[in-house]
Amino acid sequence: MLRLERRAEASAVMSYASPLLAIILMLIGGLILFSALGKDPIEGFRIFFISPLSDIYGVAELFLKATPLMLVAIGLAVGFRANIWNIGAEGQYIMGGVAASAVALYFYESEGPHILFLMVVAGGIGGMLWASVPAFLKTRFNTNEILVSLMLVYVAQLAVSWLVHGPMMDPEGFNFPQSRMFEESALLPMLVEGTRLNAAFLFALSALVVGYIFMYRSFFGFQMQVAGYAKDAARYAGFSAKRMIWIGLLSGGGMAGIAGMSEVAGPMGQLTEHVSNNYGFAGIIVAFVARLNPVGIFFASLLMALLYLGGEQAQQYMNLPSSISNVFQGMLLLFLLGSDVFINYRLKWKNS
Amino acid sequence: MVIKNKLAKTLVTTALVAVASLFSATSMAAENVGFVYVSPIGDAGWTYQHDLGRLQMEKATGVTTKYVENVPEGPDAERVIREMAKRGDKVIFATSFGYMNPMLKVSKQFPNTAFVHATGYKMGKNMGLYNARFYEGRYLTGVIAGEMTKSNVLGYVAAFPIPEVLQGINAFIQGARSVNPKAELRVIWVNSWFDPGKERQASLTLMSQDADVITHHTDSTAVVQAAEEKGKYAFGYHSDMSKYGSKAHLTATTHHWGNYYTKVVKAAMSGNWKPENIWGGYKEGMIALAPLNPAIPAELQSRIASMEKQIAAGTLHPFKGPVVDQDGKTRVAAGQTMSDGDLSGMDYYVQGVVSKLAK
Repeated sequence: MLRLERRAEASAVMSYASPLLAIILMLIGGLILFSALGKDPIEGFRIFFISPLSDIYGVAELFLKATPLMLVAIGLAVGFRANIWNIGAEGQYIMGGVAASAVALYFYESEGPHILFLMVVAGGIGGMLWASVPAFLKTRFNTNEILVSLMLVYVAQLAVSWLVHGPMMDPEGFNFPQSRMFEESALLPMLVEGTRLNAAFLFALSALVVGYIFMYRSFFGFQMQVAGYAKDAARYAGFSAKRMIWIGLLSGGGMAGIAGMSEVAGPMGQLTEHVSNNYGFAGIIVAFVARLNPVGIFFASLLMALLYLGGEQAQQYMNLPSSISNVFQGMLLLFLLGSDVFINYRLKWKNS
Repeated sequence: MVIKNKLAKTLVTTALVAVASLFSATSMAAENVGFVYVSPIGDAGWTYQHDLGRLQMEKATGVTTKYVENVPEGPDAERVIREMAKRGDKVIFATSFGYMNPMLKVSKQFPNTAFVHATGYKMGKNMGLYNARFYEGRYLTGVIAGEMTKSNVLGYVAAFPIPEVLQGINAFIQGARSVNPKAELRVIWVNSWFDPGKERQASLTLMSQDADVITHHTDSTAVVQAAEEKGKYAFGYHSDMSKYGSKAHLTATTHHWGNYYTKVVKAAMSGNWKPENIWGGYKEGMIALAPLNPAIPAELQSRIASMEKQIAAGTLHPFKGPVVDQDGKTRVAAGQTMSDGDLSGMDYYVQGVVSKLAK
């Protein structure tokens, strides 16, 4: 009978190599999938992974799509490293977008750089407020932050739906559920003419650098890592568990909120019910594929973004169904989790 | 937060050029017409009807078409529409409200492409609008409901309180009350265009409150199926949904886009396309009823057939005065009909609806 046996020591090399292995396996899986669908696999590969990047606009779109993923994932990684499981980044993202939109609409028809500045601050605070609920309940009543943060996603979705049907609805919009279009002064400046890539990409890169310094160069980052590896050791060393919970959840909430702000003040230019678009959940996948490492998050976000863009191209040029992107994302995660099993365990044949 | 740092801009631009040059430009065969769909095509519903129109138009004009389904209403739509314009599509149809602002943006960058948007209200130099007078079909189903109901309670499962949906609800009860003044209508909002679970739940609630004829303004077949299970009547919407409830399904208000698509594409091919705001109904062939269920008495069937002709001829209007709203305010005086402007801004229930609209 086949059985899994725990390895004495997990290979450090393999834990970094396994994301690459998962990507390779996903690509092979993709080639098989294309063949099974009766498409030329090489052509499929070209359309899915190369043609989205064939001009500056395409590359800018890739960075644009990856920006909210990077912001969400780096914020979550801070908490995940200390085993604080914030699954509700989607809701925090929505509330960040709502708060930023409220600022934009409050300053409608006025000018000045303070508007965008306040929108960023409001976005961060909106996300943090939403994340502070599970943080408070966990530190005070020891509730499970996975459940609380996840449930609050649905509350956030209903809240944004109510707002765009009511107080924040465009008064000249024929009762359609969406806000006014923001004015120029509430939109993020473009980085590259003729594309949609905006200043939020620079926020994301800075967040990755700050995240790196916090995780690897600060004492508090070290404490959180210790807590992640060995909770009791951290307590014995006198590290405050409560402070870690607050930092872990607030960093995820704040970053998700800023990601929400970057979407409403970036490519959307208004608040609608469709603000969330699953970035909060996709960011969790990114953080794990990246092994909670800032450099990894940069590349994993780009890869996830490419899967979205490639899926659109595959529909337009190969007549494949829209679920093709999800299939690739699913394969990536499956192969990654699969290789994780073999990093920690080996297969043994045993007679029973 | 203006980016003053020129260096940062230059660096990012250079990086983009570098990455792009790694991937040589790909050559794609030029396509002619593109469609953006909000949901998967499936086998009934809003997008399915647009896809039938696409296929009919393809056959009639000989152009090749491409579509992308399940496109989120937001920033992703802008990229999809732009990709279609970039590869040289002559005409691009975007078939959901949320594509309005993205399409308007792209249309300004591609002045030689015809952009056509369904159900919105913003036009551009090269962006036209189209929509259908769904309420015309709703009125007729209302007449049937008013005659067929025994409990005098009708039910309606609806998505969002936008004017188009309210027109349908109000036309339905106007039709029912024109033949049965005792009829009343209960509405349940499910706050989603497609959520079979919630739609089913809402249908069961309506039927438990005595509704014996129900209909829906949502995208799934759940309402018809629920009525079939409970032995009540239902009207489908978008598509003929009779195969989901052969006994329950009295008829359906169905959408027909094929002739319109053919007309637009032919005009664009000959260089004669101009942006228009088309709101077509029975007259233009955009609205029709699905085949009537034999359970509907022959006399009523022939009455409906003659009313269809009157609507097409313009002699019968679902919102012919007097139209009185729930609060007793006269919206249209006797002898007049509601203007298109008032229709597009509808934000109230008429008399006969017993539910209240959240403000």
